[in-house]
Amino acid sequence: MLAWTIYISFLGAAAMFLLPKGSVALARILALLTAVAGFALALTAFVQHRSGEMLTVTRVPWIPSLGIEYHLAADGISLALILLTGIVAVTGILFSWDIDHRTKEFFAFYLVLIGAVYGVFLSYDLFLLFVFYEIVIIPKYFLIAIWGSTRREYGAMKLVLYSFVGSAMVLVGLIAAYVVSGSQSMSLGDLAGYPFSPHFQMFAFPLVFVGFGILAGLWPFHTWAPTGHVAAPTAASMLLAGVVMKLGAYGCLRVAMTLFPLGLVTPWNHHVLGLGSWRGVFALLAVVGIIYGALVALVQKDFKFVIGYSSVSHMGFILLGLMTLNQIGLSGAIVQMFSHGILAGLLFAVVGRMVYARTHTRELAALGPMSLNHVIPFAAVAFVIAGMASMGLPGFSGFVAELMILVGAWHAFPLLAVCVGIGIVIGVVYVWRAMQKAFFAESRNEPASPEHPLPPISLPERLGAIILIGASVLVGVYPQLLLNIIVPALNSPLFDGLRKGSWQ
Amino acid sequence: MNWIVKNLWLIPALPMFAAGIGALLKQRSRVPAACLAIGSMVLSFLLSLVAFAHVLGNRANGIESFNFGWFQFGNEWLKLGWMLDPLTAVMLLMVSFVGLLIFVYSVGYMHDDENFTRFFCFLALFAGAMLGVVIANSLLLLFMCWEIVGLTSYLLIGFWYAKPEAAAAAKKAFIVTRIGDLGFLLGMVWLYAQSHTLLFYDAGAGALESASLTHLAARTTVLGLSLASAIGILIFCGAAGKSGQVPLHVWLPDAMEGPTPVSALIHAATMVAAGVFLIARIYPLMAATVSLTPTVALQVVTWVGAITAVFAALIAVGQYDIKRILAYSTVSQLGYMMMGLGVGGVAVGMFHLITHAFFKALLFLGAGSVIHGCSGEQDIRRMGGLRKYMPITFLVYAVGMLALCGFPLFFSGFWSKDAILHAARDWNISQAPFYMGAFGALLTAFYMTRQVYYVFAGNSRLAASSHDDPQLAAHFEDPAHHVAAHPHESPAIMTVPLMILAAFAMLLGLIGTPAWPWFQSFLDRQQPILSFAAFSAPGIIPVMLSSSTIVILGLILGWYFYGRKPIATAESPDPLGKLQPQIFSILGHAFYVDAFYGATLIRLNTIWSRVCDWFDRFVWNGAVQTISYLFLGVAWIDSSFDTYVVNPSFDGGCASVSRGGRILSLFQGGRIQSYLRMIGLALVALVIFLLWGAKR
Repeated sequence: MLAWTIYISFLGAAAMFLLPKGSVALARILALLTAVAGFALALTAFVQHRSGEMLTVTRVPWIPSLGIEYHLAADGISLALILLTGIVAVTGILFSWDIDHRTKEFFAFYLVLIGAVYGVFLSYDLFLLFVFYEIVIIPKYFLIAIWGSTRREYGAMKLVLYSFVGSAMVLVGLIAAYVVSGSQSMSLGDLAGYPFSPHFQMFAFPLVFVGFGILAGLWPFHTWAPTGHVAAPTAASMLLAGVVMKLGAYGCLRVAMTLFPLGLVTPWNHHVLGLGSWRGVFALLAVVGIIYGALVALVQKDFKFVIGYSSVSHMGFILLGLMTLNQIGLSGAIVQMFSHGILAGLLFAVVGRMVYARTHTRELAALGPMSLNHVIPFAAVAFVIAGMASMGLPGFSGFVAELMILVGAWHAFPLLAVCVGIGIVIGVVYVWRAMQKAFFAESRNEPASPEHPLPPISLPERLGAIILIGASVLVGVYPQLLLNIIVPALNSPLFDGLRKGSWQ
Repeated sequence: MNWIVKNLWLIPALPMFAAGIGALLKQRSRVPAACLAIGSMVLSFLLSLVAFAHVLGNRANGIESFNFGWFQFGNEWLKLGWMLDPLTAVMLLMVSFVGLLIFVYSVGYMHDDENFTRFFCFLALFAGAMLGVVIANSLLLLFMCWEIVGLTSYLLIGFWYAKPEAAAAAKKAFIVTRIGDLGFLLGMVWLYAQSHTLLFYDAGAGALESASLTHLAARTTVLGLSLASAIGILIFCGAAGKSGQVPLHVWLPDAMEGPTPVSALIHAATMVAAGVFLIARIYPLMAATVSLTPTVALQVVTWVGAITAVFAALIAVGQYDIKRILAYSTVSQLGYMMMGLGVGGVAVGMFHLITHAFFKALLFLGAGSVIHGCSGEQDIRRMGGLRKYMPITFLVYAVGMLALCGFPLFFSGFWSKDAILHAARDWNISQAPFYMGAFGALLTAFYMTRQVYYVFAGNSRLAASSHDDPQLAAHFEDPAHHVAAHPHESPAIMTVPLMILAAFAMLLGLIGTPAWPWFQSFLDRQQPILSFAAFSAPGIIPVMLSSSTIVILGLILGWYFYGRKPIATAESPDPLGKLQPQIFSILGHAFYVDAFYGATLIRLNTIWSRVCDWFDRFVWNGAVQTISYLFLGVAWIDSSFDTYVVNPSFDGGCASVSRGGRILSLFQGGRIQSYLRMIGLALVALVIFLLWGAKR
């Protein structure tokens, strides 16, 4: 059944072209139905599959001569992310209810993107994973280049080039692994079980990790993210920050770390700037990303750039969680993937759809005098809640995730954990600054000229915001919901290599 | 397990639930909103009474707790839980009772506010979270409620967000306390890493139980601190942020921009005391040591408390805003509490916390009544003579003031402050905190006398158009309040809670006198013994006498400067300010701490962010641009190659092919005659060829 999340999205995209010309409303409804169906499938699988262990969905030979199979499988980690994809996909459509320029094409690209994302999360065969990973890039480009704003061609091209460089690195690493192992199989399980020599792993690991890390906003390869997010239309920013960046993080964990666990921890024979292994290097880069992203977000003048850089900062938490190599840090990283997916989606929805689509400006200085908290109070409330959640207030998913990562980091790198704390404080400040400037910087003179009243927040927008907030609160109050399936997945044989390495 | 222990969660959950419902109510439904909030508080108060009675009846029970798993990672479960012990019971009773009184008072005070419904929603949320802090049996649960408390504090300080000062104060409060919370968070993570649990008490496995404490006290870490002390100091950072200890006190005076009931509830009685409560809660950790001298953590608490007590009292002398004086006084009193915890243990610090909660809430609500009566005026220079207009307020305010000063025998503040000073005198590290505390007591009596003379004595100096604040002006637009020049007494819904608080401010001292230390023995789970002989114990009488002398001296000094000659006009300079203008100005500016932070930390942070932004813009982006230009360069070379090499040869090839075609096409003209000519020629050629071949 789970495989149908992919097919149904692609079918929905194909069906878009069968619709009569100019049928905007029909296209929206079709897209929504498709996304809801995908979400329902994901949810059903999530509810049914309580054990969290690897479950094969489909397995047929594809290119037998090379040992490549069409092999879909899901464990707790992929299920959590598939559920996230479902939620973000549905809300993304709710937040693009106002698209009326080439609506059919928009939703067609959107659904292809969703389908390919589902595909990446479900692939067990690494070649298949790579194929889906490449498919993701194409609709992204068109979504930004056609429906985007601010320097959209530039943003789209930058994003695509970065993605391709990353996937080229991944491809090289995968082919090397395939050839070296000589096992005539691209299956994740087979390759993860092969004992690659430490020397090989030490070269292959950073190649693949950085390749995926580029998409996860790994500092200093992050610059595509803010410009890409800013240029993208709302729904695409939501998907980009919410799901596509998670593809990178997922790849880092699922491919780079399981295939080459020794490359991660084997010490080099010399120290460079006090760092002795790739693990230290990437942990440091992650922390730099956390603080750096937060600081840069602090001085932005463009509202959407604030959120764009905050994504870089939050993705740093995920990468740091992965580098802790202990149960709590890794679980925290996966919860953070889910949490950031939801919250980044919400933040971009508020900024892009609720504010920018109405005011046609994202300059914080220009938004202030509009006294938006009076004009569109729902947007203000939604942003306050999203901001609180993203700064890690208890009761929201972000708190649980950051706490787990911080505890994990304390075990692994106490000094870095302290630095992360500083990053958290800066996180409070930038959210605060943006909130104050955009919504509560009231001017004494009369607000918003009455001849151009802003349209009120529509029903789909309210619905979307409520779904996202609800998801975040649910995970924040009862994180066991996700951990029930994540923990067994992390205990599965797939991660044996890591566990033997230096799991604590 | 006892019913009340099992269902203790209801106490915080009820107000939170009320807040949730309140959030869904429309702005107009004022009565349901107020009823809901007050009703939930009444229920919480009743439940707290039950809990208190339970603890009172079962002194030998030990600590009762209820724990449950929250989430799992690997094979470990992270547990949360709640607990009931004397400390919890006392705090529950205090918070729900003072909270209830202030809720009732707010109905009168916020009567004309358009956001009445929202106000009660926030208040109820605050009360719920604060009660959650009190019952938490897990440092994590405590932290979570602590953060929600901070959030509601922010929301309520910024309640009149249209005032830029209120918005700025709210932001400052949140961010400054978050800086303290960073220490708290790190301490918590460290504690978890060491003892693998965040529960306080868990049948021997909790973090505050002997097994864990022995481990934490025995290991040493950075700077030679024991683990327990290092973690304790980190957690104390959080407490210092919340309780406004130097140097994180800067947010509390600004927080007075919020409505006065908020100042009374959150920034005097409960939330700011949460820091003190936190230290009392983790006291076993703070005090865990293998040697006999007090731990470094407790010494830090004592010194920070003592410095805060004097520092804030000094600043209070130079302030003119009625609420800011009280705010600095709160900071100073919180310093006393911390000092009490440091030198004398839980009972000493907590006793002052409880008495202070009542008399400071009384003073704030009294100040609120004054402000309400003077139509929003807060500057004490423009008040004066209110004794005539507001007799009830004057009386209760005087009670609160004497309790705060620690006037001998009849006021609760005397007994609780005395206990702290007595403990400080016996402290075996240093005598300095004792002298600092005594000096602070002198200052307290002095600045409170100053305030009371300014506000209530002499003639009214209230100007008709005293305030220029649109929001507050709108707030008092009710015609009944427009008689600005004639201050008036507040309605009964405001004065009755004041009188109840005043009664407690006097009587509460009786439960903690040296002769009958009921409060102390309740916290220590012993039977209180009534013995007047306790007064003759060494050190008791001298300390009592000296502190009484100090208080009376302070009152006389206050009278000397401010009472002898009534203050004539609002513009006349402060009598003390005339004497020492430079020092007074420094006090008036609160030692320039804010300016100092602005010039250093905040600027540093701004510069650093700009550097990072610049870095991102020019270096990384520059690197990306360079690479892209590099590729563009290569692309340009490629394209030239294409234009000048590949294309011409391609074009040339095409041209020769088409030229050949054109020649060939001459033969394919479509004319029969030329075809026939061709055939003829071919025939001739063929014949010649054959003939030539045959000849060979």
